[in-house]
Amino acid sequence: MKTKIGVIAIQGDVAEHVIALEKALVGSGEKGEVVKIKQRGIVGACDAIVIPGGESTTIGRLIEREGILPELKGAANAEKPILGTCAGLVLLANEGDEEVVKTKQPLLGLMDVKVKRNAFGRQRESFETLLKLTIFETPFHAVFIRAPAIIQASDDVTVLATFDGHIVAAKQRNTIALSFHPELTEDRRIHHYFLDLVNKLCR
Amino acid sequence: MVIEIEDLRHGTELLKNGFASLQKGGVIMDVTNADQAKIAEEAGAIAVMALHAVPADIRKAGGVARMADPVVISEIVDTVTIPVMAKCRIGHFVEAEILEALGVDMIDESEVLTPVDTHHVDKRRFTVPFVCGARSLGEALRRIEEGAAMVRTKGEAGTGDVKEAVRHMKLIMGEIRSLKGKDDEELKDVAKELQVSIETVQETAKLQRLPVVNFAAGGVATPADAALMMQLGADGVFVGSGIFKSSVPEKMASAVVDAVNSYDDPKRLAAISKGLGSPMKGIEVSTLAEEEMLQVRGW
Repeated sequence: MKTKIGVIAIQGDVAEHVIALEKALVGSGEKGEVVKIKQRGIVGACDAIVIPGGESTTIGRLIEREGILPELKGAANAEKPILGTCAGLVLLANEGDEEVVKTKQPLLGLMDVKVKRNAFGRQRESFETLLKLTIFETPFHAVFIRAPAIIQASDDVTVLATFDGHIVAAKQRNTIALSFHPELTEDRRIHHYFLDLVNKLCR
Repeated sequence: MVIEIEDLRHGTELLKNGFASLQKGGVIMDVTNADQAKIAEEAGAIAVMALHAVPADIRKAGGVARMADPVVISEIVDTVTIPVMAKCRIGHFVEAEILEALGVDMIDESEVLTPVDTHHVDKRRFTVPFVCGARSLGEALRRIEEGAAMVRTKGEAGTGDVKEAVRHMKLIMGEIRSLKGKDDEELKDVAKELQVSIETVQETAKLQRLPVVNFAAGGVATPADAALMMQLGADGVFVGSGIFKSSVPEKMASAVVDAVNSYDDPKRLAAISKGLGSPMKGIEVSTLAEEEMLQVRGW
């Protein structure tokens, strides 16, 4: 079966995720297609969804104005895998810190986590590091750019990585949230991991 | 889990270009106080440019235009959760150092302010990324070699006339297209002419786009202007005076954000453009004298 993966294409690292997913598909010898989602009516036809990094306030407001927000909730209810990176992590959360509350940005509430925006500081504090994830044997080159982090998580949430006392990678049911940007480096393990999850569920 | 502290890296090219990359598809708005910054954030701006006056007023005021008062910048930094950018004068590396110390997320080395040197700031030695204006491929590539993580067209700031931004974007895109099919010897001649390395020219020829994110700026005043720049190949849009010199800034701000998302959908653009009040009045660029042009600043 040919899998169809949708990338929310409002703003941010859309092209990078599309390329990473296409390379991961080729690398695993699978048939699949990656589509960009800017308007309502496409999410339902996808087997899995990626919410890229960008500004969560911008992406949140536009998925609401464009009518994509309820479709994403529907996709999650249908157990479709969803990967959120950086801004995507903020949007997946069901609760935000005072910075998130202050912006009145809509959240999807698909994970039982509380998220802190800009958890590590401003751009001058942005960093690269080698991060140990529970799902990989060797560290992952992780790029954190004005990154958010999970500061509270329910027992249903599996922690995949922590950094500086915060959760920076987590999974709940079929939803994966990352503070960092796997689309900005050449290591495709995260995208492969996501595709494996998609394949398991599609079969 | 053990993370060695030496494994932590700040201010790398990947982090700078990565930050710029995350701005793609977004609108960056000029703001002069906390209230305007909030309006921009709520409208869906991806970042704000903190200024003491919008370019239209800087142009009107005349005299030496400098970095904004740190009080204004700090107030805006403390108000919004989205990135805050600010402008330094071309070549004024101390203004840039001050902006970095204030926590500004990206510095615009801008022709809107009065230049202090024919040499631009050495942007590689900073932790925060820079955006610079360009009118041609040569200017764009020279700024990239100096370390700019983002390029924007210069256009003609503070006019509300998008004509020059269109001209600069088309020129840059045309120059990039003309690199196609050239052999290494010919690319070497181009590199010499543009005063950049052969590697940068080869990369641009191969990518068929600038090696960094390329925004439109300088005269964008309406949703249609923003969509036009996106159709011409911009990765995103700066709106300067266009938002807060319009009659209903809240509506104009949201409409420009929506227009950048739906830039290739005329029906949506028609709906977005309805009932926005009056856009900024503006100045037709052709009525400006040569010495009044801001775009000629920078090298």
